[in-house]
Amino acid sequence: MTVAAVRRRLPNLRALAPLLGLVLLVILGANLNDNFLTTNNINNVLTRSSFIGIIAVGMTFVIISGGIDLSVGSMAAFISGMMILIMNAVMEPLGATWTVVLVGIGASLVLGLAAGLINGLLITRGKIEAFIVTLGTLGIYRSLVTFLANGGTISLALPLRSVYRPVYYGTFLSVPWPIWVFALVAILGSIVLHKTRYGRYIYAIGSNETVARYSAIPVDWVKTWSYVILGLCVSLATIIYVPRLGSASGATGLLWELEAIAAVIIGGTSLRGGNGHIWGTIVGAVLLSTIGNVLNLTSIISEYLNGAVQGLIIILAVLLQRGSRK
Amino acid sequence: MPAPGHGSRYMRTAVIVCKYILFGSGADAGANALLSGVTHMTEKLVPLEARGISRDFDGVRVLHDVSIEFLPGEVHAIIGENGAGKSTLMKILSGYLAPTAGEVFVDGRPARFADSAAAEERGVILIHQEMNLADDLSVSANIFLGSELRRGPLLDDRAMERRAGELLAELRTKVSPKARVGSLTVSDRQMVEIAKAMWRNARVLIMDEPTDVLTNRETDILFGLIRRLKSSGVTVIFISHKLPEVKEIADRVTVLRDGRLIATQAITDLDEDAMATLMVGRELSEMYPPKRLVPDAEVVLQVEDFTVPGWVENVSFSLHRGEILGLAGLVGSGRTELFEGLLGLRPARGTVRLHGKAVRFRTPRDAARQGIAYVSEDRKGKGLLVDMRMKPNMSLLALERIARPFLSDRVEQKILEQGSSDFDIRTANRNAVVSTLSGGNQQKVVLAKTMQIDPEVIILDEPTRGIDIGTKREIYFLAERLAAQGKAIVLISSELPEIIGLAHRVVVMQSGEVTGILPADRLTEDEVVRYATGLRRDTEQPQREAPAAGGAP
Repeated sequence: MTVAAVRRRLPNLRALAPLLGLVLLVILGANLNDNFLTTNNINNVLTRSSFIGIIAVGMTFVIISGGIDLSVGSMAAFISGMMILIMNAVMEPLGATWTVVLVGIGASLVLGLAAGLINGLLITRGKIEAFIVTLGTLGIYRSLVTFLANGGTISLALPLRSVYRPVYYGTFLSVPWPIWVFALVAILGSIVLHKTRYGRYIYAIGSNETVARYSAIPVDWVKTWSYVILGLCVSLATIIYVPRLGSASGATGLLWELEAIAAVIIGGTSLRGGNGHIWGTIVGAVLLSTIGNVLNLTSIISEYLNGAVQGLIIILAVLLQRGSRK
Repeated sequence: MPAPGHGSRYMRTAVIVCKYILFGSGADAGANALLSGVTHMTEKLVPLEARGISRDFDGVRVLHDVSIEFLPGEVHAIIGENGAGKSTLMKILSGYLAPTAGEVFVDGRPARFADSAAAEERGVILIHQEMNLADDLSVSANIFLGSELRRGPLLDDRAMERRAGELLAELRTKVSPKARVGSLTVSDRQMVEIAKAMWRNARVLIMDEPTDVLTNRETDILFGLIRRLKSSGVTVIFISHKLPEVKEIADRVTVLRDGRLIATQAITDLDEDAMATLMVGRELSEMYPPKRLVPDAEVVLQVEDFTVPGWVENVSFSLHRGEILGLAGLVGSGRTELFEGLLGLRPARGTVRLHGKAVRFRTPRDAARQGIAYVSEDRKGKGLLVDMRMKPNMSLLALERIARPFLSDRVEQKILEQGSSDFDIRTANRNAVVSTLSGGNQQKVVLAKTMQIDPEVIILDEPTRGIDIGTKREIYFLAERLAAQGKAIVLISSELPEIIGLAHRVVVMQSGEVTGILPADRLTEDEVVRYATGLRRDTEQPQREAPAAGGAP
């Protein structure tokens, strides 16, 4: 009887596991370093997690619908590069004004939408597996940005940097802008995924695509849009990323796709689709950047082992998920 | 014409008649032949016994103190309604589940199976309803999976293929050991499963509804094989919903109801009615609703010269408001493919008129929007999101109406409650994940879900497959009720008694063509089978109503 009782209680525990992990990590961090819980450091961690976090929100849609997108990292690099080139070009006639930045932001959104649409259409209309399509576009965008940069770096013109700078470094109500954007994307994503028909269709398709088709759901349309949503998320992440360094190169956004996927998986979404939730993804993204931060602030484990600790966490998360299945 | 409601006795005669007509009387030839393989000399011992088995799930007892002795060389049928605990008991006997109380005995000694491998070790093997074969591997690789023959460190493919060939020859199937399992028919896969069990020296073979997916002819082949296994001393435990089959193949029958053992009796002491009564726990009243006279109602759907390349050739028929139109034919006659063509799931050509207006459905979504609902024969694969709860399943088709674009839990809850009461879905827990529901309840959820678009035409494809007799009856009455409300229903079914008991008119297909359209007064099994086998056909396209029979174009 006890086994049954434990079994009944466990699922809740599993759903909360990533959150518990984060809480433990915070307690650990706070005990090891007094600076950990300062407003500055918390803002720092959240700001850093916002890029991956925003992308991971979009990735949650794609993964729950049973898809995957490996191209987001190089897509971010490509959009950054294009955005900078466009802004530099527009600055010639217009000068270093907000208008130029707005043009850049607009261009970024259009590019993100287009890139998502291309992935989505190739997958649904072209009937090619998502893994293969996005593996292909991953290579294409990565090499395009390298080509645009001529093997080096594309830099935003200096006068524009100072105009654009507040988007990353500025604050609103003493909270940095990237955190606001992250929170907004998370809330919007949550509403769309959990409270709208579109969101329900995403779950239905990931749960069983054939059933969805037979249930009069416009499967191709819903799937295509999940990639468009992700493309737009990548674009938003890029918009707040560009003012941070003011440049883009072939190394921009390297391995972001894996971090975003990891955040989704740690958050309790299974890679085979059909289940998961946005708040888990948010916790996953914050957890990943907190690990780096804790390693940075303490000296127990070398910060060079950041990747190893993150990898361990991912595997642990999946082990827990596996347990919930049988 | 015999009254279409005389339950299972009638059904049995019918099946025997069909078999006679279709296959002659030689189906059992060779049944006496012994398997040349090993015979187990354990006659004195009881190879498998359940003693006082109980099992709880989440604190709810689903099996109560069940004790059965399985004798060597007997075919022992386990029957019971969905949810009676048959599958749970079989999983316990074969080591997939542990009993909460009680013990399993093998050869008179207690056997605590740690897992299914431990049970296989002792010769107790379960063949799953959903078969456990690796599609991409060859037949011989599957048979030897986990116990491969080797020469040194390397696989000995030749020896395995030779041995697999011998095993398959013993089973008298023509399956090649080199064939890829994914390319085999369901019945051949079953043979492979059995060969695999034989290689593991099965002494007790448990088969969970093995005939569910088989045609009559394939069932006969399987039964021949079961008889041969039996005569070589193997005990076969056989779960089935089909009472005529149980009568035909079993030596003894155990009836379970609500997790309790009701009776274990020799088959000679039971007829089908008695079995059905034991299963249900009450006298079964009429199996089918009384037939309504369908008035000359307007034609809802008119199909003319419809062709699905490779499957269906120039088919024409019409469907009236308020009628149940049966679609009969042997497996492979193109019944399902015809409707998949109609719904745009297969390339097709021809004219389809809805209320006299020519239409073309490109997707099931298209069809649904114009009031045509299709309930697939494949509940788990095409009908339900089995990993999700009842509520989102039932509201899925309603979302376009109720969620624009925001979901409302209150409305969804209402749909759940309405659907549960309309379709009499009885579950302990309405928040249950669909995969945990019985087959009968799952089918009712599909129906409740389908009704959400308020369809005019409902296509029911094998609506009672894998459903127990009590729920079958409920589904028949539900279908009739919907028709009486003015829906037009197409009933595709392989079960002739069902078609004849329920349909007002029957379209019979053979090899992709309509061989006849039989009105109510000509509906006898004999007649349908003659058309289905091509023994008789109406040369002129029968009963081709003018498109404007009632509806204005």
